[in-house]
Amino acid sequence: MISIECHNVWKSFGPKHVLRGVDLVVRPGETLVVMGQSGTGKSVLLKHFVGLMVPDRGTILVDGQDVARLSRKKLFELRMRFGMVFQGAALFDSDTVLRNVGLALREHTDKTGAEIRAIVNEKLRMVGLEGVGDKYPAELSGGMKKRVGFARAIAMNPECVLYDEPTTGLDPIMADVINTLIMKLSDELKITSVVVTHDLASAYKVADRIAMLHEGKVIFEGTPHDIRHSDNPVVRQFIEGRAQGPIVVGSSE
Amino acid sequence: MPANDLRMPALQQGFQAVGAPMLNFLRDVGGTFIMLAGVFVRLKELPRTYRQTILQMHEIGIGSIPLVIVTSVFVGAVAAVQAAYQFQDYVPMVFLGTVVGKSVILELGPVLTALVVGGRVSASIAAELGTMKVTEQIDAMEILAIDPMRYLVMPRVVASIIMLPVLTIIADLLAILGGMLVANVSIGVSTATFIQGLRLFFYVDDVISGVLKAATFGAIIGLMGCYNGFRTYGGAQGVGRATMQAVVSSCICILITNYFLASVLFRVIFYKGV
Repeated sequence: MISIECHNVWKSFGPKHVLRGVDLVVRPGETLVVMGQSGTGKSVLLKHFVGLMVPDRGTILVDGQDVARLSRKKLFELRMRFGMVFQGAALFDSDTVLRNVGLALREHTDKTGAEIRAIVNEKLRMVGLEGVGDKYPAELSGGMKKRVGFARAIAMNPECVLYDEPTTGLDPIMADVINTLIMKLSDELKITSVVVTHDLASAYKVADRIAMLHEGKVIFEGTPHDIRHSDNPVVRQFIEGRAQGPIVVGSSE
Repeated sequence: MPANDLRMPALQQGFQAVGAPMLNFLRDVGGTFIMLAGVFVRLKELPRTYRQTILQMHEIGIGSIPLVIVTSVFVGAVAAVQAAYQFQDYVPMVFLGTVVGKSVILELGPVLTALVVGGRVSASIAAELGTMKVTEQIDAMEILAIDPMRYLVMPRVVASIIMLPVLTIIADLLAILGGMLVANVSIGVSTATFIQGLRLFFYVDDVISGVLKAATFGAIIGLMGCYNGFRTYGGAQGVGRATMQAVVSSCICILITNYFLASVLFRVIFYKGV
């Protein structure tokens, strides 16, 4: 099981300081939810975990290895232990669902076409999407695309899955289906999960622990019970969904 | 504050106006060469990516044939008409085939094919990769531990390098046929005379130089499409900008490289001495 440690991580894009000294630990096997307003750098933080972005300052340690200092070969070896579900699913448009989900298996294993098809069908069954293997992403609904993204993320049996806004843009029922999937994967496969979201219902349901990001820093860490009873004014404003309070709307955009 | 300092912002703006495009230009030139080096380094992995390469060869090659047919037939035809107009009363019409053949094989075939195919292919590559970039598909590929340079860039660049010479040879043949047809129908030069002229001063070196030029232009087209696609940011507008930059930069690079290639090929390598 994978552990992730962020030490004083800073990241800027031009004049915009997105992360301003993030300190965060993801424990092996837990489901950590990272919450916060849009634009506070949640997705940016997630991308640092797998070396898609490199911090300007600070270190990200995955199982003790500094991600920013890994060679490309070592980084790819590390990434094979991860899966990631993207906000917009990020399915490869020109490939069928079967090829999308089976791509990593084709590239990294010696399995035959029949074996890959069997694994892909198994993963599609896990996300409740049997029989869509020959469809193209354009033929699927938003919820189906997200679930295919799930299937692709778990195709190689990763030790850690990163979820970027897994329920955003979905109806409440589909959102719950996705939440149940996250919990099922976490319970059945015993994997470490990091979920970035601003959907409170989702956070309360799936989280072992919740971290709240505000103005590029982690301002709260605790269990769902802790966050519900927090007296931090920023946390309270966020979970109560009030426009008035210490968080000024647009301040972090 | 000294009086001179009041002029600093204007001076800075001046330096910025000149310096920023220069730096961008140098960054793009450097980035393109780094990408080219990246393709060469990964060539040993080409067998693993043969499926993508074949698909791209089909897309770039077979997909461009209708465009090449129309362009080259009319280019050959207009070459014959223009040459006949300039020959009248001064040069025997037996040389019509010579001029059409030479101009098509040396210049019109490779350059015009590269320009029209380049517009189509570099735009298509930039739009496809640009869309993949802004919709995080390239990030998704990275997470799956698949190298986008190997999986996306190398097949496109290699396919362009292979298919441009093929398309150029097709274009050369069709342009000569177009010229011969017009010579026969509207200028009154028989096919036998045209072919007789075509065979005068025909050198295999000319065909080889045309093919070498076409392969170089193929590399430029593939690289410009991939480089601009990979640098895309900012949604639909960004994809549009990347596509436009890919077409413009590939056309400009083709024309500039054409001059330097011509200088090297015809003044050095295939120079027959005067």
